[in-house]
Amino acid sequence: MTEFLSKSFYDTYLACRERDWGEALAAASGADVEQALRRVHLSFSDFLALLSPAAEAHLEPMAQKARALTLRYFGRTIQLYAPIYVSDYCENSCLYCSFSSRNRRKRKKLSLEEIDREAAFIAGTGLQHILLLTGESKKESPVGYLRDCVQVLRRHFSSVAIEVYPLSEEDYAGLVAEGVDGLTLYQETYDESLYRVLHPAGPKRNFRYRLEAPERGAAARMRQVNIGALLGLADWRREILMVGLHARYLQDRFPEVEIGASVPRLRPFAGAFQGSCEVGDRNIVQAILALRLFLPRLGIALSTREDSCFRDSLIPLGITRMSAGSCTSVGGYTVPDEAEDAFAQFEIADSRSIPEMMARLREKGYDPVLKDWIFGL
Amino acid sequence: MEDLLEIGGKKIACRLFLGTGKYAGNAQMREALLAAQADVVTVALRRVESGAMAESILDYIPPSCTVMINTSGARNAAEAVRIARLARASGAGDWIKIEVIADSRYLLPDNLETLKATETLVKEGFITFPYMSPDLSMARRMADCGAAAVMPLGSPIGTNRGVRTRELVEILIREISVPIIVDAGLGKPSDACQCMEMGCAAVMVNTAVAVAPDPVEFARAFSLAVKAGRLAYRTGMPGSAAEARASSPLTGFLRDHD
Repeated sequence: MTEFLSKSFYDTYLACRERDWGEALAAASGADVEQALRRVHLSFSDFLALLSPAAEAHLEPMAQKARALTLRYFGRTIQLYAPIYVSDYCENSCLYCSFSSRNRRKRKKLSLEEIDREAAFIAGTGLQHILLLTGESKKESPVGYLRDCVQVLRRHFSSVAIEVYPLSEEDYAGLVAEGVDGLTLYQETYDESLYRVLHPAGPKRNFRYRLEAPERGAAARMRQVNIGALLGLADWRREILMVGLHARYLQDRFPEVEIGASVPRLRPFAGAFQGSCEVGDRNIVQAILALRLFLPRLGIALSTREDSCFRDSLIPLGITRMSAGSCTSVGGYTVPDEAEDAFAQFEIADSRSIPEMMARLREKGYDPVLKDWIFGL
Repeated sequence: MEDLLEIGGKKIACRLFLGTGKYAGNAQMREALLAAQADVVTVALRRVESGAMAESILDYIPPSCTVMINTSGARNAAEAVRIARLARASGAGDWIKIEVIADSRYLLPDNLETLKATETLVKEGFITFPYMSPDLSMARRMADCGAAAVMPLGSPIGTNRGVRTRELVEILIREISVPIIVDAGLGKPSDACQCMEMGCAAVMVNTAVAVAPDPVEFARAFSLAVKAGRLAYRTGMPGSAAEARASSPLTGFLRDHD
């Protein structure tokens, strides 16, 4: 697989972009899927077979193998985390996101005191892993503000990860020095021409800068780097193919970093764009299974974008981390006055509280893990 | 005569060391430790809750067990040393399983960094158990600098593939003066038994027990297998016929001569 290892993932991406993946996916046969299922170490072609339409007839054996691998490498545990949205000021105009600057809404940025209150509220549930999120605004939420946020959060949590706009390696290193251990950054779509259409204005237009951000974060000594595509924007099979390739690239180049992926699906939001490609439950399942079989140690996170029933069913198939008790609006946990006119980045489909989520996990035979890190290690 | 393993100033009856990760819950983990009559258990410091209000994994460890904190999460010697010091400061004791892993795909240990951490921690008075890829020179250096035992892997963590490193582990058993404890990759009680028959001082198991359909009974099965293997080793293993006996003896003609 190291034949894909290039200086930057963008080079790998360019080399792969020319191939007709649609044709390759359509050409994969049931026999290819069965062969992939027999292998211990899967090749990229095996991964492609597992994402193909032909594999849809093999979801059960794929699920059996995925569950066995997940149990072996991650045990009967699910790590829980919560997001904290600190600012929804945004200079971008992503067609699929409610934080888009085109949505003329009142914006909000939390003061450090408010963040402290939100953090105390979340930490009160026992959660020790927090994910800090902001919209992209160098003016309202610059790196200095993020550093201040981390200094507040570190008083409450064992692990602080970020999901913010792409930064330089130097800025990532600065945040790592403050104790940030994880980076989540979704490419949204790996189709560069569609990416340009979906991001008509703002700094996010730079496809390559975003694509290379995970490797900058890894180079800056982040512990965990999570990638993903927002499914529903383009053909999901090709997107997951690229997510798998990207994850594999990062694993090859940064063996000490834990690489993770997510399969977020487009949710209703304040805006009109609903995505052009439908992604059914069956497709999400196939995506998770293919990723698990291709990359057995890949962390796979599942957010509250999906409803409780579907989330529960996905747990044994390869999920390792779940957000819970989430609020996706700024100040949503403890600032009720603000919450009334606040708007969420996406609609939450699973609104169970942390204790409810923990009880459900235990019922399903899983240990909800609230702490799995030592701050500042 | 009692067959106790003397290590780190303690006398240990159960030569099955157990891990505490990957279980469906702390209560189940505790039951498994009790079923195996485990004397030594390893706990990742990263999983230990520090707040007074939080339920701690350590509360579920039977008081008869010695806790060996492992340095899971350390990517280099400095981080392993930091975790060990934090463990000591938090009252978790001096027994440290040194785990330095800079490879997230196979979780194979970095022997050089592990050695460096061992040297530092021994000087600071820790009882150290370095987890390593079986390598004679490294194991010698670890023993020479004062490791309480050396823990070579049987196969990569979580793979349940058994003692794939058998040839190398056998060399360590013959050549290294400190106890050899096979850690990682043991998937079945028979794998553990095999290690004990070979002459390992103990074995360490986590995944196979924690994710078994019935972890408690499987812990008991492992414990029995370790006892059986140890007993067989002490009794002396009979030589085995390396090859099947030929049905027509090659020297049969000598009889015809007579």
